[in-house]
Amino acid sequence: MTAAPARTDAAALPTAKRQTALMATLSHARHVIGENPVTGFSFGLLAILLLCALIGPSIVPHDPLSSDTAATLQAPSARHLFGTDQLGRDIFSRVIVATRLDMAIAIFSVTLVFVVGGLSGIAAGFFGGWADRIVGRIGDTIMAFPLFVLAMGIVAALGNTVTNIVIATAIINFPLYARLARTETIIRRDVGYVMAARLTGNSDLRIALTTIMPNILPLMMVQMSLTMGYAILNAAGLSFIGLGVRPPTPEWGIMVAEGAGSIISGEWWIALFPGLALMLAVFCFNLIGDGLRDIVDPQRRT
Amino acid sequence: MTAVPLLEITNLTVEFTTRRGIVKAVKQVDISVAKGETVGIVGESGSGKSVTSFAVMRILDRAGRVAEGSISFSGFDLTNAPEFAVRDLRGREMSMIFQNPRAALNPIRKVGRQIEDVLRQHARTGSGDARTRAIEALANVRINRPEDRYDAYPFELSGGMCQRVVIALALACRPELLIADEPTTGLDVTTQKAVMDLIVDLTRERGMSTVLITHDLGLAAAYCDKVVVMEKGEVVETAAARDIFARPSHAYTRKLMRATPRPGIALRDLLPEGAPVAAIKQPAASDAALLSVKGLVKEYPRVHTRSLISRYLRKGNETASAPFRAVDGISFDIRRGESVGLVGESGCGKSTTSMMVMRLLDPTSGSIIFNGQEIGELPARTFAGNSLRSKIQMVFQDPTESLNPRFTAVRAISDPILRLDKPMAADALRARCEDLARVVGLPPDLLDRFPHQLSGGQKARVGIARAIALNPDLVILDEPTAALDVSVQAVVLNLLADLKATLGMSYLFVSHDLHVVGLLCDRVIVMQNGQIVEEGITKQVLEAPTADYTRALISAIPHPPV
Repeated sequence: MTAAPARTDAAALPTAKRQTALMATLSHARHVIGENPVTGFSFGLLAILLLCALIGPSIVPHDPLSSDTAATLQAPSARHLFGTDQLGRDIFSRVIVATRLDMAIAIFSVTLVFVVGGLSGIAAGFFGGWADRIVGRIGDTIMAFPLFVLAMGIVAALGNTVTNIVIATAIINFPLYARLARTETIIRRDVGYVMAARLTGNSDLRIALTTIMPNILPLMMVQMSLTMGYAILNAAGLSFIGLGVRPPTPEWGIMVAEGAGSIISGEWWIALFPGLALMLAVFCFNLIGDGLRDIVDPQRRT
Repeated sequence: MTAVPLLEITNLTVEFTTRRGIVKAVKQVDISVAKGETVGIVGESGSGKSVTSFAVMRILDRAGRVAEGSISFSGFDLTNAPEFAVRDLRGREMSMIFQNPRAALNPIRKVGRQIEDVLRQHARTGSGDARTRAIEALANVRINRPEDRYDAYPFELSGGMCQRVVIALALACRPELLIADEPTTGLDVTTQKAVMDLIVDLTRERGMSTVLITHDLGLAAAYCDKVVVMEKGEVVETAAARDIFARPSHAYTRKLMRATPRPGIALRDLLPEGAPVAAIKQPAASDAALLSVKGLVKEYPRVHTRSLISRYLRKGNETASAPFRAVDGISFDIRRGESVGLVGESGCGKSTTSMMVMRLLDPTSGSIIFNGQEIGELPARTFAGNSLRSKIQMVFQDPTESLNPRFTAVRAISDPILRLDKPMAADALRARCEDLARVVGLPPDLLDRFPHQLSGGQKARVGIARAIALNPDLVILDEPTAALDVSVQAVVLNLLADLKATLGMSYLFVSHDLHVVGLLCDRVIVMQNGQIVEEGITKQVLEAPTADYTRALISAIPHPPV
């Protein structure tokens, strides 16, 4: 039983192991995407969105800000794919360039709430008592307001900047994250592996962060992708009513607002294309959730 | 055997479509059940015994399908029958009892109502006499005060009581065939005996046929007319129950039989024939007490049944109800190198005791002296930082649940070393984990797997490796083999005995199974209602128990007709 071990090259082992682990993750991701065409489609859409956000401004055919009084309110054509607006700006270019700002708002606000809300929820669920009471009451207070009105109030009070839109979007999503993390933590608080971690000398804080958090991560991922779509909508909504991003900055919400009045007079393209982009982005994030969970969860990797 | 069997399974093959292609869970199985016969299907996990029964009930999940063969129920072909015809048969002509009775009952509906639902579904009753019929069904499964129990919710009943309700549900429409899938797993031995006796009596009374699916060969042999042994989807042996223990013909049956703990055998007898065995070294237990528990008490406040307001209004004359004592003043010693069994049924306080000794739970009063040092006073919350933490370790009941699903095996084993030992380089840590894996008989190339990629026995070994990583003095074994197959249990028990001999640890073995405890322990403590009812040398307690409760426990273990 305790025969002298034939030691393999210990130094070479970890790197090789890590490489195969990476390969396994990638092949698993490929499998998840291939298994479900909807997941594949949503990841494709995400890739396009990210591409637009990264290199959009350098590939668009027209300057999104330059107005051309000779070519105002033109219908979609080969020169202006999505037509032009009241100031003769190219809507196609504006829609593409706006991707970066809208995605940035969504990603930063969701990341912020993921960290803050997730950690408070874990603290509330794991330690209970006062931690639970404080986090719970903060959540209840936020939930007591109509969320969009609350976001309006926060942006109006803090000042009309992109940073404040991010903060406001994060605040209104806080209860969702805190409650999910709290519930999932309570389920896992007394399971065998948490007790085992306690026996092996882990402190409470370490158990919460290294044992419980990774285990609730797959669920939080789904929540993240769902609120991502919601965050984009929220940012666009704030811009639509004139808060947050200011013209002439291209942003989907403002563009829809600018075009809304022209729909009746027949210029449908001004509001339609940014609206469509908004819809596709939200749609993409809502679809991606399940696929993302399957990739993050090691138990699905059989 | 009558000429026309009630249930005839011929050449049945069930396939499951998975990512890795098609898996045959059941391969060319032939089973026939005559009218009034009780047939046991015995096998370990993965043997296809449950899948066979699901195929009979036509409740295979979507990935599974009957690839070939046929199932006929009193001449009616079940494999090709339309769904509505099978639905009509289920519950009325054939019904099923599942493993976890609590999960099989709707938690928010009164049990009486649930029985009425079944009766109504199959038009066995009008609304007028439904209640009477439901109470009658409850009375039939020997539930005391059935009129009161009619209004109970499942959570208000004990596990054994819930299983009786499930049996009442299954038998409400007087079916011809009852399939019981592990009906007593998770129940205490005395409850198991009561439930099995009930099933057998009822089926005999009504001339029903029963299929008992179980992993316990002893249970099947004790209660069935015929036993079918399955391994890896195939039937390896079919024999009369009284013959199977006397003359097992297949090697697998012999292996299963040997692995089943029974009186009068030693630990090594559990292993398959021809396995290389060295005698277990018996280290001399020294006289010095390693652990000494004195007058240990754990109280829980009683849940108030009266509302807060009525308590407030009648505050003046409130008599404080006595708190519930889960552990009621127990004292015992464990000497260095000794293994002590702590036996009792669920709710007897054995787990609470082990949690207090483990310092995961604070006692209400009493002292726990470990190695001459009082540890009962140290609060459980901060004990993780104490230097004694590494000296008391534990092997958990469910190897799956006790391993973090996101840690690989090597990460799980290295966790105590990282937290409680001196810092060391990654290579040295890896090497130490590989050594530990070798000690517990886990192939080192499995170390990078996640728990869900390991078998039950391998997970148990990871749990044991984690517990012994820091050379503890005392290891608490909390039913370490309860979730394992018997053949795996045999190996794990032997491993534990060997480890104790080589590493000189003491064990506190918490279990409900006296036979298993008898194999591994020098002394045994029997607990009931938070108190110790009997304590002594294992052999004496097993052969000549003095307490009535111990006698009841021993006699409840199913005895195969030898």
